[in-house]
Amino acid sequence: MQQEHVIYLFLRRLRAPMITIVVVYSVSILGFVLIPGADDQGNPWRMDFFHAFYFVSFMGTTIGFGEIPYPFTTAQRFWTVYTIYATVIGWLYSITKILALFQEQSFIRLLKHNKFGRRVRRIRESFYLVCGYGVTGSRLVQRLYEEGIKPVVIDSDPRVIEAMETDQIGLAVPAICGDAADPSLLNTAGLRLKNCACVIALTDDDHTNLAVSIDSKLVFPERQVISRTESPGTTANLASFGTDHIIDPFNIFAEHFVDSITRPYRFIVKDLIFNPHHKVLPSPHQMTEGHWVVCGYGRFGKALEESCKNQRISMTFIDPDPGLHNAPVGTLEEVGTEAETLLLAGIMNSVGIIAGTNDDADNLSIIITARNLKPDLITVARQNLAANKPVFRAANINMIMEPGRIIADEIFVLIKTPLMIEFVGLLRLRDEPWTRELLQRISATIEDRPLDTWTVDIEAESAPAIHEALQRKRLVRVGFLCRDPRNRERELPALPLMIKRGDEYILLPEPQVRLQPGDQILLGGKASAEIFMSWITDNQNVLRYVRSGLEAPGGALWRWLGGRKRRRKVSSSADPSKNRPVAD
Amino acid sequence: MNTEKVVFAFFILLSMTLNFGFVLGDIDNPEHHNVYELYAAVVVSLVATIMKFGDRTHVGAVLLATSLVADLQLIAATIVWAFANHLHVAGLSPAMMASIVSLSAGALLANVTSVILLILETMMVRH
Repeated sequence: MQQEHVIYLFLRRLRAPMITIVVVYSVSILGFVLIPGADDQGNPWRMDFFHAFYFVSFMGTTIGFGEIPYPFTTAQRFWTVYTIYATVIGWLYSITKILALFQEQSFIRLLKHNKFGRRVRRIRESFYLVCGYGVTGSRLVQRLYEEGIKPVVIDSDPRVIEAMETDQIGLAVPAICGDAADPSLLNTAGLRLKNCACVIALTDDDHTNLAVSIDSKLVFPERQVISRTESPGTTANLASFGTDHIIDPFNIFAEHFVDSITRPYRFIVKDLIFNPHHKVLPSPHQMTEGHWVVCGYGRFGKALEESCKNQRISMTFIDPDPGLHNAPVGTLEEVGTEAETLLLAGIMNSVGIIAGTNDDADNLSIIITARNLKPDLITVARQNLAANKPVFRAANINMIMEPGRIIADEIFVLIKTPLMIEFVGLLRLRDEPWTRELLQRISATIEDRPLDTWTVDIEAESAPAIHEALQRKRLVRVGFLCRDPRNRERELPALPLMIKRGDEYILLPEPQVRLQPGDQILLGGKASAEIFMSWITDNQNVLRYVRSGLEAPGGALWRWLGGRKRRRKVSSSADPSKNRPVAD
Repeated sequence: MNTEKVVFAFFILLSMTLNFGFVLGDIDNPEHHNVYELYAAVVVSLVATIMKFGDRTHVGAVLLATSLVADLQLIAATIVWAFANHLHVAGLSPAMMASIVSLSAGALLANVTSVILLILETMMVRH
């Protein structure tokens, strides 16, 4: 299935109709040349090939100029009757064949496939290949698209792709329906293109995710691969060939949940980072250590059990099929929607209930039943389908978990600010008081606005002004980045979260920390601060102003150039003092 | 034996033989060149071209190209003939006839190439 084959397929399918047309025309023309006619004087006259071709051409297409150049003899009219029917039938046959070909599903698929390939090849900027357009994939693609990052989508469900094509996003995002594990489809989707920056495997089939990841790693080992997984076996397999990020939605949520109980500040900071629609939750979670009833064991229950091992949380599981995932002893073999089961599980002595089955209606039913039994229960529900959002909202549930949304948000941050994932990793090692201080500083910076995060790399391309100043041994402190370029006494709404220097990390650096070439600085704050910050990193005059307070009006640029020339002359006379750091 | 192969080879060969038959004779003598033969050559050449459509192999692509060249040359020859008969003041002059025959001789070369390729391909595939 390659690009150039469409026209050949078309021609091959049209072989019979085209030969029919050629044969009908040639026989008709020959007949007119051979059959004797008469000119206007009644002398014997024969059509030559040119006139015969002319006559058959206009007759065959039913234009009908009449009997040209002389009125026909009876013999010629006999032949004309034959040719009229022959050509009309010939054309009808050919045209129906062509139309039938365009109606054929396989041909339409091939056309779509080729159109998709063309759209992908025409992308000039770097793009992200997303395999799987489910709850996670669609949210990720939506966020990437809004951020101005180009996604390309593969999904095996034709309805999903059709719905996407009619959606607004379909105009901007190339999408194809097919099996993502098929290497030729991946090729068409740009897996072998240099500007494919990252491959994200999000299908709900671990095997497909594995196939996509391996294919990408084989073609370009350096290219980032992010894969979703649902079983430990696949996780190990993915890790074995260097998949950059392996995302297990159930583990992530279990960690999320345990954090929300035992480390509320870390939970809020993480939610701030990952969720753009973060709302500070009325936090009932501090007092929720104790006994929990969990409906639905499965992969989520397993991950939850792992995460809770060392915490002061005990759990009773309810699962309709405990044998399937080796649920622990004491698991009740029920769905959990009935009051009796919940009472049996000790709901009256519990602090909360988690409805974690893969059926949204069951989850809602569990929550409402449990709340009727004990109104002050803390309720946590898993929402599987994005469409059910309003119902879950209305149910007034304390914590709604959407595995799909969680993965999408995490991957989005991973793509936008890869340093952030390292920051979150370091966050795990910090205690609650430290995290509380971090949260206070972030809140003071962003003032109820969404937290935007970005990275400044001290390199010649990404931060030319700072890089040059450092090359010339000028002192640049991290605090300079956060000053307002219009008035250096004011601060930008931005907070340096971390500096990565080689393998070293400096968490929450103080403003006086000196920058070095090659540093990567992770910043968080209001989105507007990023633009002002790019002035400081890119423009020497602005940097000079925030460093020294010296204004650089119009002519100053030329004075500065002149000064540089003079300095060059001095340095060529081998002045050892030029290597001394100059602080001004 | 494959009927498709027989028909395919038949048309390619016929297109060459008809073409050869037309070219045979003094180059500028209209007596030696039959208009029906040119007509037959054009029709058979067109059919041969259509038969070659859609072959994905490399040889198939070259075969199609030679056929297209032959068609182009033969159609040019027929246009010259029609022009000479109906629009040219001197009618079908020896000069006109010479250009018609040389155009179809070019087509003959393309057809010969076609046949050689066909033979080579047949030799390569030994079933």
